[in-house]
Amino acid sequence: MMFIDPHAHMISRTTDDYEAMAAAGVVAVIEPAFWVGQPRTHVGTYIDYLSAIIGFERFRSGQFGIRHYCTVGLNSKEANNEELAEAVMEILPRFALKEGVVAIGEIGYDEQTELEDRYFRAQLELAKELELPVMIHTPHRDKKRGTTRSMDVCEEHGMDPSMIVVDHNNEETVREVVDRGYWAAFSIYPSTKMGNARMVDILEQYGADRIMVDSACDWGISEPLGVAKTAKLALERGIPEDNVRKVCYENALAAYGQSGQMHEDDWLNPAPIDQRTVYEGNSILRGGREPLVQEASVKRNADDLIIE
Amino acid sequence: MNTTVAANAAALIETWLATRLTHEQQQWLDSQLIKVLVANSDRDLHITLGMIPRKLGRDDLHLNADALAAANDLRSGWDPSNWSVDCLARVYVLCKLAAQADSGFSDTLTDLCRNADLAELLALYNGACLYPQSDALDRQIGEGLRTNMRAVFESIAHNSPYPAEQFDQNRWNHMVLKALFIDSTLFPIQGLDKRANAELAIILCDYAHERWAANRPVTPELWRCVGPFATDTMVADLHRASQSENQTERVGAMLALSNCPNPEAAPIVDGLPALRDDISSGKLSWDWVSAQLKQ
Repeated sequence: MMFIDPHAHMISRTTDDYEAMAAAGVVAVIEPAFWVGQPRTHVGTYIDYLSAIIGFERFRSGQFGIRHYCTVGLNSKEANNEELAEAVMEILPRFALKEGVVAIGEIGYDEQTELEDRYFRAQLELAKELELPVMIHTPHRDKKRGTTRSMDVCEEHGMDPSMIVVDHNNEETVREVVDRGYWAAFSIYPSTKMGNARMVDILEQYGADRIMVDSACDWGISEPLGVAKTAKLALERGIPEDNVRKVCYENALAAYGQSGQMHEDDWLNPAPIDQRTVYEGNSILRGGREPLVQEASVKRNADDLIIE
Repeated sequence: MNTTVAANAAALIETWLATRLTHEQQQWLDSQLIKVLVANSDRDLHITLGMIPRKLGRDDLHLNADALAAANDLRSGWDPSNWSVDCLARVYVLCKLAAQADSGFSDTLTDLCRNADLAELLALYNGACLYPQSDALDRQIGEGLRTNMRAVFESIAHNSPYPAEQFDQNRWNHMVLKALFIDSTLFPIQGLDKRANAELAIILCDYAHERWAANRPVTPELWRCVGPFATDTMVADLHRASQSENQTERVGAMLALSNCPNPEAAPIVDGLPALRDDISSGKLSWDWVSAQLKQ
């Protein structure tokens, strides 16, 4: 089965992760612009970060046969630095129309401050102007009310819920998000967000419509195989294959494909220009190495002695 | 600053686009150009370049021989044979801008490169030989060569007269060496034979020794830049390569030895008469080696 991980901060991950994901069936990832573990203090570092996720990370991913897409946006934490936030808002339109940018995101609330609110709204307007989907990061703290508020604000701005993915849901938020017509994403992230056994419970209860699973893997202790492992567990527990395919592949494609920047053909039948430049297909890594898929077992093993 | 080439190139590209774009696409491009050129809007420039693949598509151009000849007549070495339609349209906008903007153009280009995605970078650099030459342009091209993305590197190094015309020896040598490091190829580099030099021969032979020490293959193309400047120890390296188990490697070494003024070279060439005869008859050549590497 093919998988899409619609939320993965690959810029923080190693090549081992790319190999493991490719071997597990991941054909595409979406890298949301977020903060990098500590606050940026200059717009220049923001520009270089956005350049990296639209450029080098896309290229790096392509070497492993995984198609890379991204979202661009000012995240809620850094929205609280007004000087930085103003400067980032100035440059965002320059990046929002780049190849492979599938949404404005991840945006929303962290501490639900006035500044967060201001820039969340400004970015919803930008998404509307550019006809791009939106990826909403729901807050870790005061999550339930923060999630409701995020959707209220979207509707105040006349946004169409079908263009919006509300991410980092849990058992407490999912009902309202689905009922209001938004896409509901779940991050299978150990300890702090969802576990995959709980996720399967949710699939049993809610079915697969408008639900998607991601790993949200980043610089923290996280699991780049979150989507693949959830799919496997779900199948083992008797979730119908069609539903597993929806939540681990089709729904992400349907939601973010609305950008016009993400098509199944990108990995099934890539354009010649891409094959020459950015996407090396799901078979070999440059430099005459053997096909990845066979060798992608655990490399982090001191008994695997030879390094060539 | 000479903007004639940019202006002429824009005019030629216009004729190519005219046969490929629909009426709506042409109208869109024309109206964007007015915003960019007449209103001089920086924001519209970014939006126009960003929207080009969405509006005009990304298909390969497949220019015919007449078009490629016209390109080469207009600017010797200009080779758009591998361009896609979005690349062509972006270079078109840049040439229009260069023809008008004069001295400010290189600043604009630098700014665009800072925000560009991969396909945009390819277009920005692919047009290098058409833009008005300046120190700032040269710095940006140098910056582009430092990329880790092979396609970006090749957009500067391959199928372009710019490097051979503009690069100093140090940058030239490092470009050739980097091409090998990133598993790119040398044959699409214009002026490869003309710009060969003694220092590059030393660097390449050192590199070959590193590869041999690591039990890694040595690309036969490397010897092409070594032959004319080979010292005795380099001839020994060529001798070793001529004994390779790999036919293409043997041919590469033999071609280099055949083009080597060092008196040590001739006896080695004569030691492999079958290859020697195929080389002198033209059956084996660097084109033949290139064709093997393309497969």
